[in-house]
Amino acid sequence: MAQPTAAESWSGGNEPMKAEYGKLMMWFFLVSDALTFTGFLTAYGFMRFGHEATWPIAEDVFTHFPGIEGDQPLLYVAFMTFVLIMSSVTMVIAVNAGHQLKKTAVAWWMIATIVGGFIFVGSQAWEWYHFIIGDKGGIELADGRVLKVAEAQTGEVLSLSQLVDGEAGHASNHLEKFSTGEVKTAFEANEGLVLQSPGKGHAQLTRTESLRLMQNAQVVQGANMKHNEYGQGQFANFFFFITGFHGFHVFSGVIFNIIIFYNVLLGTYERRKSYLMVEKVGLYWHFVDLVWVFVFTFFYLV
Amino acid sequence: MSDSSATTGTRWIWNIFWLLLVVTGVEVALGIIKPTFLLFPLAGTSILNLIFIGLTLLKAAYIVQYFMHLKYETQSLRMAIYLPILVLIPYLTFILLYEGVEVYGY
Repeated sequence: MAQPTAAESWSGGNEPMKAEYGKLMMWFFLVSDALTFTGFLTAYGFMRFGHEATWPIAEDVFTHFPGIEGDQPLLYVAFMTFVLIMSSVTMVIAVNAGHQLKKTAVAWWMIATIVGGFIFVGSQAWEWYHFIIGDKGGIELADGRVLKVAEAQTGEVLSLSQLVDGEAGHASNHLEKFSTGEVKTAFEANEGLVLQSPGKGHAQLTRTESLRLMQNAQVVQGANMKHNEYGQGQFANFFFFITGFHGFHVFSGVIFNIIIFYNVLLGTYERRKSYLMVEKVGLYWHFVDLVWVFVFTFFYLV
Repeated sequence: MSDSSATTGTRWIWNIFWLLLVVTGVEVALGIIKPTFLLFPLAGTSILNLIFIGLTLLKAAYIVQYFMHLKYETQSLRMAIYLPILVLIPYLTFILLYEGVEVYGY
């Protein structure tokens, strides 16, 4: 294309970025949204570095996989990551089909993307449920620190149901509620138990110190915005806020996809001879996947 | 939208899918095994964490460049997206993590 003369340039209609208005605005929105998520994740890093000793380690927290007994660290998040990458792929294929004006192909690949989005949101609901209801339980000291009950010799963490009832198991870990009194009695009865930090290094207190601190301690099971059994209080707040904000993005993305899918079926873009709207929601959808890649690393892996 | 030969067909999409899948698989495997020789401290963290960050940035680059098609946009659009991101995010990360270490224990 020949360079426009000065008069032509000033009369408007130039597209220096060769991108349509809506697409450009979607990109600028995504840049600002990326900075919002940066704020959350760096704030998480700030708090974590400030409370290294009591900050829970994610692989001790997210250990369940539906239908499998025992501890499966990282497996469920890996599954969620796979679902989101997969739905990102189906979205690219839909956009690709849109460039070739293949209406049926666009519709089918968008359905696949929407299904992937629902599976992801559902998985997140499952994970929240387990996080809120709790797993092994913790001991909250008078000064607010949350510690775990562990074998002094091996450093292995005991769940409250193992401690009180002597039985380990998924269902008993989750559903039974224990009083502070019965936990104290069981703790005092077993000479081999101490309190252990949930943070980096899993530092242990001595038996004497543990017994002394147990006097004014409370049992905490599960998690809410004020207390959580996993460790430092802000950990649960960051979990709810970061994965919640991301989950909300995924949910909005699914809604956008459904609206655009409906318009594909109506033939709106067929008449326009352009599937640019599919490309725009596609950008949003890939961004949601992109953010998850970072949440996966900085919340679950590092 | 140039370079249409590279974007027709779906083969390139599946190639990137396999790459993202394998990288995620490697991350999960390293996260579960945590090989002791990779826990060696470096730059305020461990080699393992640096590997995680490197692999994450690799995945991010492929998603943005190919899935979001930024590689094929005009130079001005690419710069409008990349510059704020690549300047502000490392800046904020550096400041907050540095301060986090400073306030350790408070």
